[in-house]
Amino acid sequence: MDVRELYQQVILDHNRRPKNFQLLDGASHRAEGYNPLCGDRIEVYVEMKGDVLTDVSFQGSGCAISKASASLMTEAIKGKSRRHAEELFESFHSMVTARPGEATKKNELGKLAAFDGVREFPARVKCASLSWHVLKAALRCNSETVTTEE
Amino acid sequence: MTTLDVKADFPILEPDAERRRIIYLDSAASSQKPRQVLDAVRRFYEVSNSNVHRGAYDLAVRATKLYEEARCKVTEFVGGYDSRGVIFTRGTTEAINLVANSWGRDNVRAGDTVVITALDHHSNIVPWQMLAKQQGAAVRMVEVTEDGRLDLEDLRAALKLRPKIVALNYVSNALGTINPLPEIIPLIHEAGAVVLVDGAQSAPHIATSVSDLDIDFYAFSGHKMLGPMGIGALVARPELLDEMNPYQGGGEMIQEVGDEQSTYADIPAKFEAGTPNVAGAVGLGAAIDYLNDIGMDAIHEHETGILHLALERLSDIPGLKVFGPDEERAGVLSFALDDIHPHDLATVLDQEGVAIRAGHHCTQPLMRRLGVQSTARASFYVYNDESDVEVLACGLEKAKEIFSYAA
Repeated sequence: MDVRELYQQVILDHNRRPKNFQLLDGASHRAEGYNPLCGDRIEVYVEMKGDVLTDVSFQGSGCAISKASASLMTEAIKGKSRRHAEELFESFHSMVTARPGEATKKNELGKLAAFDGVREFPARVKCASLSWHVLKAALRCNSETVTTEE
Repeated sequence: MTTLDVKADFPILEPDAERRRIIYLDSAASSQKPRQVLDAVRRFYEVSNSNVHRGAYDLAVRATKLYEEARCKVTEFVGGYDSRGVIFTRGTTEAINLVANSWGRDNVRAGDTVVITALDHHSNIVPWQMLAKQQGAAVRMVEVTEDGRLDLEDLRAALKLRPKIVALNYVSNALGTINPLPEIIPLIHEAGAVVLVDGAQSAPHIATSVSDLDIDFYAFSGHKMLGPMGIGALVARPELLDEMNPYQGGGEMIQEVGDEQSTYADIPAKFEAGTPNVAGAVGLGAAIDYLNDIGMDAIHEHETGILHLALERLSDIPGLKVFGPDEERAGVLSFALDDIHPHDLATVLDQEGVAIRAGHHCTQPLMRRLGVQSTARASFYVYNDESDVEVLACGLEKAKEIFSYAA
């Protein structure tokens, strides 16, 4: 597989100019994630009103895959219900970990489908899913650091 | 110019129908193995396999002889004091932990200082931190200069604290820096300290004499010097080992076992509890034979040649930054390219069949001082050549092209 199928334009764009890449004052939920293999660190902030994620942002440093994934995640879940965000996580996770030929919910994922190529690069699955794990930890009201080694 | 042509000895580097060609540039993490080593391990299991030092039958005698021959080869290869001062371990990490736990617990007390360096691998940092915590001792980390050399002024300052031990590497795994041991070790001894040298990156690449350098403890791994995984050694002054308490208890390391207490075997057996990795030792012996056949000086010359070739070729790539010193460096090249994350570089290179390491290289204190979280690292060994450098450079140019697209 060509490496350009991994590094799609939308991923390169979000790596270069990530969206919602800032501290969120007044976040009701936050969590930090850490990948001990590379030392990358990411923080996700969520402002919840009732059941809705009214605002989401992230900070930290990482590779193009992890940064773009965090950026696209914040875009995808902002304004969505908690349940919807969790469903997206499930679909995203099963897409990036799908075995060759296995059906995925790629079509329901919108821009997040850009990460479909990640499954061909097992060493990079953790990069793509880190921000989602951190989001999940934040929504659990978990303020501890999650790692990709869980 | 590169001078060696031994690629054909390494089965894993042969492209075949199923496998892509591998350009292996991660020997600082683990080296590939020549057929001679693989054959020696296989031959051991096929014709000499049995436990050592106990059976009265011929096989056991043969296995014991091979195991002890390997110990002699190690002693000669690293210029040890004598073969009683060579303890087989799983590798560098276990050798360092042996010293920290045995020598350390008896000699480092509350209020003492242990000196380590910011240039070292976690395996020569964490055991000392653990020891200091247990004993109530202090850890003093020696700083590095901006170009990644040990700060000798700071080392002198640290030695004024009269540390019990100084633990440092010979060659940095992250940057390739070669520490000036002939200059440093007398200073350490004058300060009354014992010195432990992590030789994981020197044993494979630099002709070393532990006794000429006056090293008290020298630790290294077989798998980084063409040998099998799971074998390495602690090479030490026999008189130090004689005084030390065992690290692990079990079979092999005893003289006589009573109901309440036991007496211990003499060195080296005292530190080799349990069935040793005999096949590993035999494989390490074969690796030493292989390295000796080429000659350590020829290996150093070859690697220096590739390093300079790579430094020159990579300097053509705009935005490429090399970490580490200009002089006195082994065949290790740590670098960054623009603001491309090292893991992304590694992925792009992997698609070209090039294996490099991306990460903190188990040297987080050093990474903090360099102001980075990670670097990309290419490291060279006997089987690398000019064409490998060219493929690396082209892969980096491709990465640059991919990642500059959105600029």
